Amino acid sequence: MSAPPLLAVEGMSLDFRTRDGRVKALDGISFEVQRGEILGIVGESGSGKSVSAYAIMDLLDDNAELGAARLDFAGADLLAGDRSALRGMRGREISMIFQSPRTALNPIRPVGKQIEDVLVRHGPVPRRQAKEKAIAALRKVRIPDPERRYDAYPFELSGGMCQRVMIAMALACEPMLLIADEPTTGLDVTTQAVILDLVRDLVDHSRMAAILITHDLGLAGEYCDRVVVMHAGHVVETAPVADLLARPAHPYSARLIAATPSSASSVDGLASIPGNLPNLLRDDLPLCRFRERCDRAIARCDSDPLPATEVAPGHLVRCWRPL
Amino acid sequence: MGSFSLLRRVAGAIPSLIGVIIVTFLLSRALPGDPAVYFAGPAANAESVQQVRESLGLDKSWPEQFVRYVLDLAHGSLGNALTTGQPVLDDLVQRLPASMELTLCALLFAVVLAVPLGVLAAAKPDSLVDHLCRALVTVGAAFPTFFVALLFVYLFYYLLGWVPQPLGRLDEIYYSMPPTVTGFLLVDTLLAGDLEAFRGAAAQLVLPSISLGLFALAPIARMTRAAMLTALGSDFVRTARANGLSRRTVLFTYAFRNALLGIVNTMGMVFSFLLGSNVLIEQVFGWPGVGSYAVSAVIASDYAAVQGFILLMAVAYVLLNLAVDLVAGLIDPRVRFEG
Repeated sequence: MSAPPLLAVEGMSLDFRTRDGRVKALDGISFEVQRGEILGIVGESGSGKSVSAYAIMDLLDDNAELGAARLDFAGADLLAGDRSALRGMRGREISMIFQSPRTALNPIRPVGKQIEDVLVRHGPVPRRQAKEKAIAALRKVRIPDPERRYDAYPFELSGGMCQRVMIAMALACEPMLLIADEPTTGLDVTTQAVILDLVRDLVDHSRMAAILITHDLGLAGEYCDRVVVMHAGHVVETAPVADLLARPAHPYSARLIAATPSSASSVDGLASIPGNLPNLLRDDLPLCRFRERCDRAIARCDSDPLPATEVAPGHLVRCWRPL
Repeated sequence: MGSFSLLRRVAGAIPSLIGVIIVTFLLSRALPGDPAVYFAGPAANAESVQQVRESLGLDKSWPEQFVRYVLDLAHGSLGNALTTGQPVLDDLVQRLPASMELTLCALLFAVVLAVPLGVLAAAKPDSLVDHLCRALVTVGAAFPTFFVALLFVYLFYYLLGWVPQPLGRLDEIYYSMPPTVTGFLLVDTLLAGDLEAFRGAAAQLVLPSISLGLFALAPIARMTRAAMLTALGSDFVRTARANGLSRRTVLFTYAFRNALLGIVNTMGMVFSFLLGSNVLIEQVFGWPGVGSYAVSAVIASDYAAVQGFILLMAVAYVLLNLAVDLVAGLIDPRVRFEG
């Protein structure tokens, strides 16, 4: 990993000002995305996966306070540039697809037009050519009969088709990074595989990298190269996917793996993780946010800030007593 | 939308019209006072009152009166108004354009002001525009129309003298009435090429339109703001922003067009409110529309005229809803396909 990463996030923190106080949503997040890889971000709901992506995409609400030591994309500093420059980059260099694809598309605009909007916005594309390009984009995500689908409204398409449309829209300008935020939630298992195979294929056959945000460790194991495990706004472990699944070093990762259903185990055999995510509104959050759910805690956990220990090449864990 | 589904929507209005016919008949019979006594005059004795009653058919039982009423309706007759001595239908047709012109101007005033205000307020929550919007909505909703109308007349006519005497549609001492083509004075004066009269008619329209329009402003602005906020917070706007679409495209092509559905529905509702509030405004401004006609008819217990007015309003209401449905179909493909 000597080549400079495509995306480098270092020490990113994020607070939301709310009526009840500050929600410390992210605290000192660091990770990198290499060119040509799929990075998985895994964690339970509320661990800060999506919000990290929103921060990179500048999609946060006005009550968010973002701080980061470094946020570099393809050699450019995303924090230094003015916001309009970033807006131009969004959709062209970095784009994002979301969960529940049917509501994530404009319900009253033909899907082809929505792809055209993106094309026209980011390139000198005349409207007439835009239509051809939009149809080509639909074909690229293997939508059958793209000429006819061009005029379809989202409600006329299945959830899987809508997700393909959204991918076509995200890829229309051939971005360098695609962020997929739980792209298959709400889709059936077959469609899920088709969509993720498509993303994998696109990454393998272009210069694009991808971030796959999911709560499903099994899915991450199947499609990602490396995985970042998040818990309550902390990155607790970063590792190549096979390494993580075989030798998890953080107690939370280990429990997450034990709680992931596989074909071999029955539902009765599934482990659950005791306790809940700590309330991020609290002012007395422990240094390690997994402290209160952990059965391996030692005195040092309460006194010293989290370390970043490399247990194997490229395998980082933030724990005083890793497995 | 196919002509078939259009027909279905029109057919769907028929039951409500039948209901309206029955209710108007009963309602007008429930008016206090005896029209026979009223029209026989103060000097009449019991015998002449009875005569009048028989000539009006009021001595018959209610079912008989109802059958006669429906048969007349089937022949396109609403009966004769006792107060004017003319067929009610003629009266209404002659007076309707005045009311329509006033209502449309009021609605136009309200929409032109309320929709941009609502959009801006939603685009920048808690900004100055947002607070202005909130203040205007509160004031608009809090003051009754006739009070605002009287206040305006006092201020702009009596104190400041900016507007002509608030009596009717056109001061016929200074201007000549244009030949009636559409019945809308603003249109007819232009068709007649009489710019002076156009200006005169417009001047007469300003105060009543604004008084009436202020009332419509509040719901439209509030609905626009709410619908825009919902649209701006929706998943598809997030997608549009994630794809880097410009602020303008996101605001208008994505958010506003989606918000429009709710706005048009509210406009339909507000329009029918306006038809009702017209009655008061027309009274204040001496406007020769159907509202003031209805008021004098009610006072005189003029059954036929009251029935005619209510029926007209009901038909207008049904047509309005139909129009809103059609526009909704144009905006939202999903409505179109529900058929």
